[in-house]
Amino acid sequence: MSLIHKTAAELGALIASGQASAAEVAEAHLDRIEQVEPKVRAFLHVDREVTLEQARAVDERIRQGEKLGPLAGVPIAHKDIFATRDMPTTAASKILEGWRPPYDATVTARLRKAGLVILGKTNLDEFAMGSSTENSAYHATHNPWDLTRVPGGSSGGSSAAVAAYQAPLSTGTDTGGSIRQPAAVTGIVGMKPTYGGSSRYGLIAFASSLDTPGPFARNVMDAALLHAAFSGHDPMDSTSIDAAVPDVVEAASNADIAGMRIGVVKEFGGEGYQQGVLNRFHDAVELLESLGAKVVELSCPSFTTALPAYYLIAPSECSSNLARFDAMRYGLRVGDDGTRSAEEVMALTRAAGFGPEVKRRIMLGTYALSSGYYDAYYGQAQKVRTLISRDFEAAFHQVDVLISPTTPTTAFPIGERADDPMAMYLADLCTIPSNLSGNAAMSVPIGLADEDNLPVGLQIMAPVLGDDRCYRVGAAVEKALESRWGGPLLKEAPAL
Amino acid sequence: MSAITRDEVAHLARLSRLAISDDELDHYATQLDDIIAAVAKVAEVAAEDVPPSSHALPLTNVFRADEVRQSLTPELALSGAPAVEDDRFRVPRILGEEA
Repeated sequence: MSLIHKTAAELGALIASGQASAAEVAEAHLDRIEQVEPKVRAFLHVDREVTLEQARAVDERIRQGEKLGPLAGVPIAHKDIFATRDMPTTAASKILEGWRPPYDATVTARLRKAGLVILGKTNLDEFAMGSSTENSAYHATHNPWDLTRVPGGSSGGSSAAVAAYQAPLSTGTDTGGSIRQPAAVTGIVGMKPTYGGSSRYGLIAFASSLDTPGPFARNVMDAALLHAAFSGHDPMDSTSIDAAVPDVVEAASNADIAGMRIGVVKEFGGEGYQQGVLNRFHDAVELLESLGAKVVELSCPSFTTALPAYYLIAPSECSSNLARFDAMRYGLRVGDDGTRSAEEVMALTRAAGFGPEVKRRIMLGTYALSSGYYDAYYGQAQKVRTLISRDFEAAFHQVDVLISPTTPTTAFPIGERADDPMAMYLADLCTIPSNLSGNAAMSVPIGLADEDNLPVGLQIMAPVLGDDRCYRVGAAVEKALESRWGGPLLKEAPAL
Repeated sequence: MSAITRDEVAHLARLSRLAISDDELDHYATQLDDIIAAVAKVAEVAAEDVPPSSHALPLTNVFRADEVRQSLTPELALSGAPAVEDDRFRVPRILGEEA
């Protein structure tokens, strides 16, 4: 089997035992990127030399006998929202075009420390605002399963890169579903760790109380290895949890769910859901029962107002966070001709540098926070947030994990929802509650929808710091389905 | 009835420091109106005695020791600046002509 089709764990083992070098493995993936990138367009930045230099440095560290983790030498595609010293960091926005951060994000630094080799920076919806990656200021990314469809978003470059075998692993950030939704629609595994379980330092902020870095991989174990490599307390992030990272690697190898209590969220299903998605979900429920889990239906009534609450809270936080793009210290500056004031230059720069969705959300957030509307909108949304956390709390008294479809539909055609924000927002219907409550949640592939033969994801939600439960259930589902399918779901994807 | 008028959008754009054209204003007014109508659903939730959550986790302020540490050099700090003068960020005038 060629190097690009191997799992991250296999590549790590080959490199550790000297059967392959990190440089060789990087080269195979760079070649693959060159070959399929014109079709997929997952990356915003690839620099062969920078990548090979990193790989050779890792080979040297291994040769020197440095004790590195299980992913040493394994290549990774890195979402272009994490600061990287040696590569541009743009958040897919024109306002940061060509910007080179003077420091590495904590996630970036930990990848380097673990010996991962960064292949390039992946495309996203501008500032992670979107569910299709069409809001990138640079170009759209195409779903490897059907190039006319979106790869999900906002981390759509990262999901497409892994699904297209351009990288065995990638990073994402999940604010309302931006890891789980793209993972679901590209047939791969995506994990949103517990909020505060992975560091936001050097992650370009969208909504700080929700933003969570997490892993993408083609299988549950690889996702666990990456999760373990970059998670854990970071003194540079004041909202980072000072507790041990749950043992996700052990959970991924365990895969035993006999006796586990699993709750189906009653509110997620029915009208607005694609029949093929519901069919695969029902199959998954039967599968979980056959594996010895006790599945019950549960009601979480406040989840139905999670979407409106999110679209008040996230834009409010974004309107404040994005005020930093003021054309003064870094990034784009437009109209500074000596006659205009700083404020005029600021307004011209922001109008030229931000795309339509970013402008919509900044204005929406400004509206929700303005005096006279604050109580009715932002204040009320915060109360709904409390109710959602209470629903989760009550549910987790009765069950170990909750499940739902990850998304109401499979990947939609590029362009279909591009100028219809409300239709786009519905893609995150099932994923948003976990962001508002901060709990852990994963998406694993559970098959193809009958109508369009496109991937469907199962969402597994666990309590705060119960990340390991997601991996345990995810691994059990994966193991059972792969033995039924005779290999991973991605085997069914058309050749690129 | 529309939830938000064109004039209100113009006001929001000004508060947001976004120089938006008249054509764009119409477009955003329609879209923001749709979005606000949808998110206004939160008002239907009976939550009078529910405390608000600004955050998912029960967090308190985090302090670190006030010690001198390595930070960015002036050169690095200014490396992305649109304009630099004498090791400082050069910015357009901030005060009005008369000031």
